[in-house]
Amino acid sequence: MNRLMRRKIINGVMLTLTGIFTALTVSSLFVILGYLIFNGGKSLDWNFFTKLPLAPGEEGGGMANAIVGSAEIVGMAALIGIPVGFLAGVYLAEYDDKAFAAVVRYVADLLNGVPSIVIGIVAWTLVVVPLKQFSAVAGAIALSIMLIPIVTRQTEQFLREVPTPLREAALALGAHKWKVIATVVVPAGSKGVITGMILGVARISGETAPLLFTAFNNQFWNGGLGQPTASLPVQIYLRATSPYDDWHRQAWAAGLVLIGLVLVANIATRLVLARGTSVPRG
Amino acid sequence: MATAVQVRRQSRWFDQAGDNIARLITVMFAAAIVLAAVLIVHVLWTDSAPARHALGWRFLFSSDWDPVTEKFGGLPFIFGTVLTSILALAISVPLGLGSAIFLSELAPPRISNALTFLIELLAAIPSVIYGLLAIFTLVPLMRTTVEPFLKSTLGFLPVFQGLAYGVGVLTAGVILAVMTFPFIISVSRESLLAVPREQREAALALGATKWEMTWDVVVPYARLGILGSIFLGLARALGETMAVTMVIGNSAAIHASLFAPGHTIAAVIANEFTEATGDVYRSVLIELGLVLFCLTIILNGLARLMILATTGKGAKR
Amino acid sequence: MMKKLLTIGAVLAAGASVAAAQMINAAGATFPMPIYQKWFEDYHKAHPSVQINYGGGGSGAGISQLTNGTVDFGASDMPMKDEDIQKMKVKPLHFPTVMGAVVLIYNIPGVSAELKFTPDVIADIFLGKIKKWNDARLAKDNPGVKLPSEEIIPIHRSDGSGTTFVFTDYLSKVSPEWKSRVGANTKVSWPVEGLNGSGNPGVAGFVKQTPNAIGYVELIYAIQSKLAFGLIKNSAGNWVKASLEGVTEAAAGAAKAMPADFRVSITNAPGKNSYPISTFTWLLIPTQFSDAAKGKAITEFLKWMLTAGQGQTAALAYAPLPAAVVAKEQKQIAQIKY
Repeated sequence: MNRLMRRKIINGVMLTLTGIFTALTVSSLFVILGYLIFNGGKSLDWNFFTKLPLAPGEEGGGMANAIVGSAEIVGMAALIGIPVGFLAGVYLAEYDDKAFAAVVRYVADLLNGVPSIVIGIVAWTLVVVPLKQFSAVAGAIALSIMLIPIVTRQTEQFLREVPTPLREAALALGAHKWKVIATVVVPAGSKGVITGMILGVARISGETAPLLFTAFNNQFWNGGLGQPTASLPVQIYLRATSPYDDWHRQAWAAGLVLIGLVLVANIATRLVLARGTSVPRG
Repeated sequence: MATAVQVRRQSRWFDQAGDNIARLITVMFAAAIVLAAVLIVHVLWTDSAPARHALGWRFLFSSDWDPVTEKFGGLPFIFGTVLTSILALAISVPLGLGSAIFLSELAPPRISNALTFLIELLAAIPSVIYGLLAIFTLVPLMRTTVEPFLKSTLGFLPVFQGLAYGVGVLTAGVILAVMTFPFIISVSRESLLAVPREQREAALALGATKWEMTWDVVVPYARLGILGSIFLGLARALGETMAVTMVIGNSAAIHASLFAPGHTIAAVIANEFTEATGDVYRSVLIELGLVLFCLTIILNGLARLMILATTGKGAKR
Repeated sequence: MMKKLLTIGAVLAAGASVAAAQMINAAGATFPMPIYQKWFEDYHKAHPSVQINYGGGGSGAGISQLTNGTVDFGASDMPMKDEDIQKMKVKPLHFPTVMGAVVLIYNIPGVSAELKFTPDVIADIFLGKIKKWNDARLAKDNPGVKLPSEEIIPIHRSDGSGTTFVFTDYLSKVSPEWKSRVGANTKVSWPVEGLNGSGNPGVAGFVKQTPNAIGYVELIYAIQSKLAFGLIKNSAGNWVKASLEGVTEAAAGAAKAMPADFRVSITNAPGKNSYPISTFTWLLIPTQFSDAAKGKAITEFLKWMLTAGQGQTAALAYAPLPAAVVAKEQKQIAQIKY
């Protein structure tokens, strides 16, 4: 076998291998979804959405309080995180003072990479300890710290892409800078900015670790935002690690609900945008 | 005319004030981000002080972990964190780079974009759902099929000896590998796509096969970005909590075998934070959190620089 | 915008009105968690304005969070040590609630029989001296059972556990080598590696999924997870299966001679049919409540627990408290100030 043929064989083998690898990695997504749909689908029933959790051995329990709890915690986190992230993104895109903006940008990206369990520790120190209480608020603060960098970066990115002529035209008509931003730039970039917010919220709604010792857990209806609160991700964790088949089924059902929300948000925003990436870069 | 001038002056003042207020508000919120980061570092540093003062540097190198008798050694967790992450990369880098090559060099653009979109969805799946799947599908698979297979074929290596529990370091590495796919594939693909067309054409003009062009020319050109993607994946793997703690066995010991259970920094914090009695115990966990924080910050910072260097310059194909 | 503010305000108000109900948070032992959750559920039905949220987490977490003040009361299967009581700003009172049994669960493929374990065999399994299921000593006590030649995988607790304390307390009493090498505590250095589960449910979960595993959990977890558990030879030389009667008999001696602070161990108790790994489990109630309504609500619950609550224990395989102990506890309630 001469050298050329050997090189051609290697060429064929390696390129086929890359195709196989791609098939493997893409199929992992379908395997995950397949198991969730199959196992979660047969466990999902009306009780899941309406009933409170019951003691093991008692059939018919659900995760109604966890669904509401997650909505409360994520909602509060969004109330805090979205305005902060948005306005910081506006600053980076529109004002951008060299040194300070560079610092803010760098810090925001670093914040993005902080492990969520570490943020849970910080929220515990800042909120749980002084109040001597686990609470939904503590969980929301932890999640908002994770949401802010995501919204900041997405806002900056999409506001920057608004064409400069648009701004210049508005300025030429005599509008002041703040008016230009509020009435021209932001509406023009709103599609991307809003998708950034949705993606960020979808990301934090699946977070478990920061809630473990901030919002903790609750078997009853959550008694207010200053009390321990059940949440979907924590419930999945507790049930998956239990020995009861009934709880396992509920874990699958909850997993399906959670992944459904997350994927719907991701796919919808991507289709709306028709481009852009959802993998954070550093 | 006097009225119009007055109106014009008022509205100018209003607009000018508006500009100042807008700038002030946005600067404040931007500064809030920096403040938050400073706060995080401050909390980690001060709350780990009791541990740092009581134990010193020895803590990072001691593997004696017995909280009840107040013996604290951080090595098993640092070891477990690093080991599971390296295992994850050992699996996901070949698979990920191979996929990235396929997606950038071989697949037609529309298929490439569609497949990349699907792979990037993997990044959106929450960690606890990876853990849920791992417990019920991956662990039995490892215990009944994969680990006995490795034992029978490669069992002469100490890393593949010992009891096949199913849960353990190897299983944690596998699930982490799946979680790092999207980072490695997405960023590597972009780095490869950013390699100028001239480089490819020059290689082909010299008679290289497509594979040789890819492996000997394109990939080296994009190596900084690829390395950056690996660092990104590594940073993600290091900080993973839920999926790992559900399949690693939560055992604070160092073993030679990959089948054995282990522990990671994130997992031990998740498990033991709420029951840590005494100031030293809790601050030990916080010190471990500080170590993890520093590791991920450094890695993420390096990754950003590398990725910027590659995709910032050069034209997309 | 206005509409959004109004709806947010309404939701918060709704939350606050539920909060006007008495919210009490507790955490601790998973050993009695099933009966505690049943009690708190039923008590809430009977008294809708009181909501007691029990977080589990293990006896260690219960003591730790009570010390931090992040819960209103704790629960533990290990009586608190003097030095730990000293660390607490408000001294806690121990209130026994039920008695329960720690059983040895196992998952041996192909074996559904009830295995018999002698104390020294149990100690040696967890010491690592007996490594395989078909060891001669196990086979001797279980003739007719086909035990496989597989390694025994012990499952321990990863968290600070009162159940661990009860189990190791028993082992310390029956094995001098265990007492000197390992001792009894909520967390010990287990001689054999094995896997670590979080809480009683975690251990049961691991045993259920891992062939050839052996673990130690409270009786109701074995029943509810449908796991086989063995008979143990007690100090009188009889093979006893964990049951309400066996546990009650084990507590008989302590019931007569209960110390004033209720801290007592009933492992390896004398008695013809007493179950050797039995224990009381306690609620840790602070002596002083700054919130009067909370203190009153908890006191009312304790009174209910000692009377109506005791009637529900048997259904979940926990033994109700002996009458003498109940009487003493009712007197201790007066020590709670609010």
